[in-house]
Amino acid sequence: MKKLTAVNDFVIRFANVNGSGSASANNLFAKAVFRLGVPVSPKNIFPSNIQGLPTWYEVRVNEAGHLGRRGGYDFVVAVNGQTLKKDYDDLESGGYFLYDDTRSLSDEFARKDITLIPVPLTGICNREIQNPRLRPLLKNIIYVGALAALLDMDFSVLTDSITKQFSKKPKLAAPNIQALELGFEYVSEHFTDICGLSVKQSDKLTDHILMDGNSATGLGAVYGGATVAGWYPITPSTSVVESFEKFTGRFRMEASGKRRAAVIQAEDELAAMGIAVGAAWNGARSFTATSGPGLSLMNELLGLAYFTEIPVVLVNVQRTGPSTGMPTRTQQSDILSSAYASHGDTKHVLLFPMDPKECFEMAADSFDLAEALQTPVMVMSDLDLGMNDHVCKPFEWDDTRKYNRGKVLDADQLDALTEDWGRYLDRDNDGVGYRTLPGTHPEKGAYFTRGSSHDEYAAYTEDNAAYKRCMERLAKKWETAKGLVPASEINISDEVNTSALIFYGTTTHAALEAVEMLGEKGVALNTMRIRSFPFTDQVLEFINRHDRAFVVEQNRDGQMRTLFINELGVAPDRLISVAHMDGTPPDATSICQSVIKNTKPQKTKGGAA
Amino acid sequence: MSRRPVFRHPSLPKNDLGYTRRDYEGLDSTLCAGCGHDSIGNAIIRACFELSVEPHRVAKLSGIGCSSKTPAYFLGKSHGFNSVHGRMPSIATGANMANKDLLYIGVSGDGDTASIGMGQFIHVARRNLNMVYIVMNNGCYGLTKGQDSATADRGSASKKGRPNPFEAIDLCESAVQLGAGFVARGFSGDKEQLVPMIKAAIRHKGFSLVDVISPCVTFNNTPTSTKSYHWVRDNMEATATFDFIPMMPEITTEYEAGTTQSVAMHDGSLIHLHKSDNSFDVKSRRAAIDALENYREKGQILTGILHVNEDLHDTHEILTTTDAPLNSLTEKELCPGNEALEQVMASYR
Repeated sequence: MKKLTAVNDFVIRFANVNGSGSASANNLFAKAVFRLGVPVSPKNIFPSNIQGLPTWYEVRVNEAGHLGRRGGYDFVVAVNGQTLKKDYDDLESGGYFLYDDTRSLSDEFARKDITLIPVPLTGICNREIQNPRLRPLLKNIIYVGALAALLDMDFSVLTDSITKQFSKKPKLAAPNIQALELGFEYVSEHFTDICGLSVKQSDKLTDHILMDGNSATGLGAVYGGATVAGWYPITPSTSVVESFEKFTGRFRMEASGKRRAAVIQAEDELAAMGIAVGAAWNGARSFTATSGPGLSLMNELLGLAYFTEIPVVLVNVQRTGPSTGMPTRTQQSDILSSAYASHGDTKHVLLFPMDPKECFEMAADSFDLAEALQTPVMVMSDLDLGMNDHVCKPFEWDDTRKYNRGKVLDADQLDALTEDWGRYLDRDNDGVGYRTLPGTHPEKGAYFTRGSSHDEYAAYTEDNAAYKRCMERLAKKWETAKGLVPASEINISDEVNTSALIFYGTTTHAALEAVEMLGEKGVALNTMRIRSFPFTDQVLEFINRHDRAFVVEQNRDGQMRTLFINELGVAPDRLISVAHMDGTPPDATSICQSVIKNTKPQKTKGGAA
Repeated sequence: MSRRPVFRHPSLPKNDLGYTRRDYEGLDSTLCAGCGHDSIGNAIIRACFELSVEPHRVAKLSGIGCSSKTPAYFLGKSHGFNSVHGRMPSIATGANMANKDLLYIGVSGDGDTASIGMGQFIHVARRNLNMVYIVMNNGCYGLTKGQDSATADRGSASKKGRPNPFEAIDLCESAVQLGAGFVARGFSGDKEQLVPMIKAAIRHKGFSLVDVISPCVTFNNTPTSTKSYHWVRDNMEATATFDFIPMMPEITTEYEAGTTQSVAMHDGSLIHLHKSDNSFDVKSRRAAIDALENYREKGQILTGILHVNEDLHDTHEILTTTDAPLNSLTEKELCPGNEALEQVMASYR
């Protein structure tokens, strides 16, 4: 048997029962890899359930910095009896199977191509841990200690992490460190050079952070000046508002104990969006966070905000649809339903963050963008980005930055007006009017906001010409938006290249790795990472300079590809869909296979769309 | 459609702010002549005028339906928001969160509130949003030509003729049960009761429901309807007559002990209820619900101030938001800056 051997390049999977306290132990391991300076990407694969069902935590350790899912696993910590056999069967050949041999394996566990690492976790725990209530939790810590020995990790990184984690409750640190040592010592005593995988200190990570996207989004909303959040709990977006609330608790509290923010848990997503819209209408920066099912309900009020021109922000942390779908699995499948949310002719500004740093930046920027354009803006995150920890560069804030509050007239400006004011008059020929806030001026600037057809002075109208003028002005505003949204990221590796790879959001990591793998096979691709909708002019230019472009995304129907065809008039046969849709984050190998499959018959273009 | 006379006498009375009643009016109504809703709009105008409310410090919000059109017909110097069907309560919640210093008047109908907006109505009452919520309640859908609404009484028949087979929702009873701090029922044809009722609702801090029976002259003013002018006039019982006295020294000596209940409002205003045999303790939720049920059993409509509780916290107090309106805060008060960000970053290493 050939054992897998690698330094800082492997995938380890933890198979647990959810609700058993495994998450903090698994996080401890991932964080230790991170603190050793090695690029790491942990992914929690969990059920829509609170206790008792299987859950997995997959950690990719990759010195080269590839943060996408690799697929397969080289090492498994198998501590869930329900999935033991499958975890065993799916392990890569040459891999390592660490299990609790307090109960021995049955005869059906008969693979000859893997290495068994039996550790009596329960036995050690029952013998050494005095407090029976701590045993189930510390059993998880014991396997982390064992891993440190097996993977030859610097043990002090783990003990330092524990000390830091329990700095406020030092009494809890001691039993955790004891558990780490128990695992470490057992393995050191019983095995020698059994594992060919190892984690070595690296300089690949410098000032990086390890953070989940939802925390970053909530923090971005605080920095962006949001004061009102209306929301309804839904996986995987819940922690966006929890993060906002947490950071306002840290940064927006007055000495009196009063808070410079209002967070309202609404009765449903209709009301959540209504609260955000009402607050934005009244001049507060406000937002909601939701996922697909909530977005469906919010369509009604998104249409109202579009037509009445209210600058509201919606964070859409996408999950696997349709309907309830797979609530704890990831997808990028709300692209079309977000872009065109609500009945009638509507279009909405979308931003596509790829990592927590962009979650932070785009969340903060979305409020400027919404107020500059007086229209809803959606930040399109997803479950993988929102709920998993990601390695990225630290966030920065320019202290001289001023919020762009858009065109809002105050009392002095209203008094100084020499010409006629109308809420929806297009004075600047950019499709964006001047708004006023309730309570500003005793005599001037009052108007009636309405979702029914209105003229330039906000008066109800069924005059066809006035309606048409309004809709055309909104279309003009859409053109204005193209000059304000963040540009896409384009990489032309070869000027004469005829093929390109297009991707966005969390697909980026696997896509970039695929480009590298394809490069090694002699398939060169230029790349474009879409960062916003509407598409800026560079998007069409990029597509046009290639004979064909592969559009990689996480949905069945190639929704971004559809948007290119619909919005840019690109011929469908020039855009080839590379769709990853099973609810897991995409992996580079499958992207490569898809590209190669569609590249070989050089004479015919397209085909697999 | 009813037009107001354009002529105004030069010596129209002015209120403490120097405004005349006309400063509180809006556009001409486009509702049917005789519509009860216009009477309610006029009562709102009079209440705001007499209380010297600053017109531009009011935000008027509504949903969809005949009732929800009316904010165009009063308070023309105020910002208005005619939102979507049944969603006014959430829009009002957001607006109130953004600026706690304005007066929020929500106008809705029985369809907009008791059917499509029932969930939002319930929850805005629960969170005790500081607003006046006026229901113009005619028991039918006017704009879609007279279908029964969820407040139509069982057995009541509109112009269409078929008796309504479903149980009616009593919004006042629901509001009391939901813990609303001010619950009242009026009749659009009784402005002497309605105007002080709206004034008291404005002065109440927290959620105030004013459910006003407002006959639909076009579709639901038939002799078989329990929301017609004649039926309501014949079957209405007031819980107690009352005076609303805005922030003035108490003058209880005018009333005989035992026949008057006085309720001090949050801002020092007073409601004096002159008790009759029908009356009950307005501070008791149980008494209000008992009274409403007693009159329902007798086939009568109980009007008046039904419940007042001045001891509740409104949404801002519950959330402990800062004293300044949130929409007035700037970067300086809102953005923690780069140094704080570096500390946050360190905690993710």
